[in-house]
Amino acid sequence: MGKALQLLPASASDKALLARLEEEAGTSAKLCYQCGKCSAGCPVGFAMDNTPRQVIRLLQLGLLNEALDAQSIWICASCETCSARCPRGVDIAALMDALRREALKQGRINDKKVAVFNQAFLSGVKKFGRTYEAGLLMQHNLLTGQLFKDAELGLPMMKRGKLSILPEKIKGRDQIKKIFDRVKEQGGE
Amino acid sequence: MKMAYYPGCSLDGSAMEYGLSTKRTAEILGVELVEIEDWNCCGATSGHNTDKLLSLALPARNLAIAEQTGLDVLAPCAACYSRFRNTEHVVRHDPQIREKIENVIEMEYKASNDTLSILELLVNKLGTDKIAAKVTASLKGMKAACYYGCLLVRPREHTGFDDDEDPQSMDKVVQALGAMTVDWPHKTECCGAALATSRPDVGKKMIYEVIKNAKAAGAECMVTACPLCMMNLDMRQAAVEKEYKTDLQMPVYYVTELLAIACGDAPRKVGVERHFVEAESYLASLPAKAAAIEAEEAARAAAKAAKSPKARKAAADEGASAPATAETAGGPAAAAKPAAAPEGASPDGDLEKKINAMIKGLQKNPEKMALKLIADEERAAILAEIIKSDEKKVAKLAELMISDKDKAGKAADAYVAGELKKRAK
Ligand code: SF4
Ligand code: SF4
Repeated sequence: MGKALQLLPASASDKALLARLEEEAGTSAKLCYQCGKCSAGCPVGFAMDNTPRQVIRLLQLGLLNEALDAQSIWICASCETCSARCPRGVDIAALMDALRREALKQGRINDKKVAVFNQAFLSGVKKFGRTYEAGLLMQHNLLTGQLFKDAELGLPMMKRGKLSILPEKIKGRDQIKKIFDRVKEQGGE
Repeated sequence: MKMAYYPGCSLDGSAMEYGLSTKRTAEILGVELVEIEDWNCCGATSGHNTDKLLSLALPARNLAIAEQTGLDVLAPCAACYSRFRNTEHVVRHDPQIREKIENVIEMEYKASNDTLSILELLVNKLGTDKIAAKVTASLKGMKAACYYGCLLVRPREHTGFDDDEDPQSMDKVVQALGAMTVDWPHKTECCGAALATSRPDVGKKMIYEVIKNAKAAGAECMVTACPLCMMNLDMRQAAVEKEYKTDLQMPVYYVTELLAIACGDAPRKVGVERHFVEAESYLASLPAKAAAIEAEEAARAAAKAAKSPKARKAAADEGASAPATAETAGGPAAAAKPAAAPEGASPDGDLEKKINAMIKGLQKNPEKMALKLIADEERAAILAEIIKSDEKKVAKLAELMISDKDKAGKAADAYVAGELKKRAK
């Protein structure tokens, strides 16, 4: 972590937030006894600022801000290895998920690219009911300024008939839009 | 068997080979697939990264439509499968969320049906015997690393059809098709999923580790049941090779492609030519590899038979009843002796006895006898096969072994050459 932290009892709001995240994730950070098995098996641990074990520790200490600002939550690939191996049954991956969503809600996005990708992906689904791969590729590359990174793959994909330029649309598009709208009303997205 | 079918977005696009070969797999095995009416995207990772309710509602709409048909759902894409299983689990265990979901999708949904992955369908519902019975073009010679990735086997509470650390179902299927599968440590290691796009530095390393490990375990190809894994392993392999200045050349197949091909489909029928890493020539090289393996197996069996005490005893017995056998082992000089004997002193009756004894010797211990006629182990093994199956040739060989050892060797050689030609055809 590199910097010293002043440990004070967690504030009431942090406690409440943690309780909410734990409920959403259906697990409890308190169960963790810091053995580090999750970090040992995490395939992206090498690229994280805080390993999965450290993220859980931050939660235990009530350092919610630190946890929400960790780059780790955006690097996590949701592979579930950690949750599968935890001897205490902590669903670390679900907590990572919950942290990601919370960070998104609060607008504290450490890795713009992941968030932008998710947004582009879902806007396609909302509009057409299906993933719009070609649109996604273009939009994603434009928004993140890496036009020629994955676009390099777009052309060979089209050549192989794997990428149609036009989106697939389903008939029940209005139903899908309603799903998105209702979820939003419930305080989501 | 009849199932509701959820292709998911990638099987219509970037993973169209998976779509094609899944349909063929179903046809071959007699499973009727009924596509879910007007299905929508499951939301994938972006859905559950963004909002929990959304990530449940999008799959639930599809599942609710399928539930009305009373059918279980086949979801070949590992990502869709994972979202579906997750949704089923939540709906079954949390009545409150279930109600929320039903309100959002405006449909009733009780999760009374099950979503199956392709592996679950193949191994648990149909069984590998049924698959093996349909194989007409065995994949013998193939050395495959079965790559399960994350979403098919984790979390165990949602998937549950296979072990989450050392799964076996795909290995069983691929073995039933005639191929060999390697034991390797990265079966369920993550390929990085979307990180290849969002954090290429991280993603490429993960892809590299997985392919490198498969290679180190002796695999000549990889098998997957996930469009995301395929995209990373196949489409991005060139970029990984460039980054790590290495030559991987690892063809990757969908398990369903291999099934269709082993059951007689041309590779192009299921789209193998659309892969990024050229994958047709490895398939074409299999018959030659299979022949080499068969020869090796036969040679090993021959060597084993020769080494076992029972065989040694049998050989010793033969030596007693047919002295010529024992002597031929002594090399060309010794071999000349018995050849001379029948022409000289022995009357015809004696000769016949000797030949009969030799026939017996040959038939009792073909592997060892073959090695006496041909030094090369592989060819000797083939000769042993001939001895076991062709009485006429055995009689001829026995006669020649008594009369002229050199000629016997030549005849044996000719028999093997003939057999090899036959096999090549
Ligand atoms: S594996 Fe479980 S108990 Fe061990 S450090 Fe990770 S979360 Fe804590
Ligand atoms: S789910 Fe995330 S934190 Fe857990 S092992 Fe996978 S990448 Fe690491």
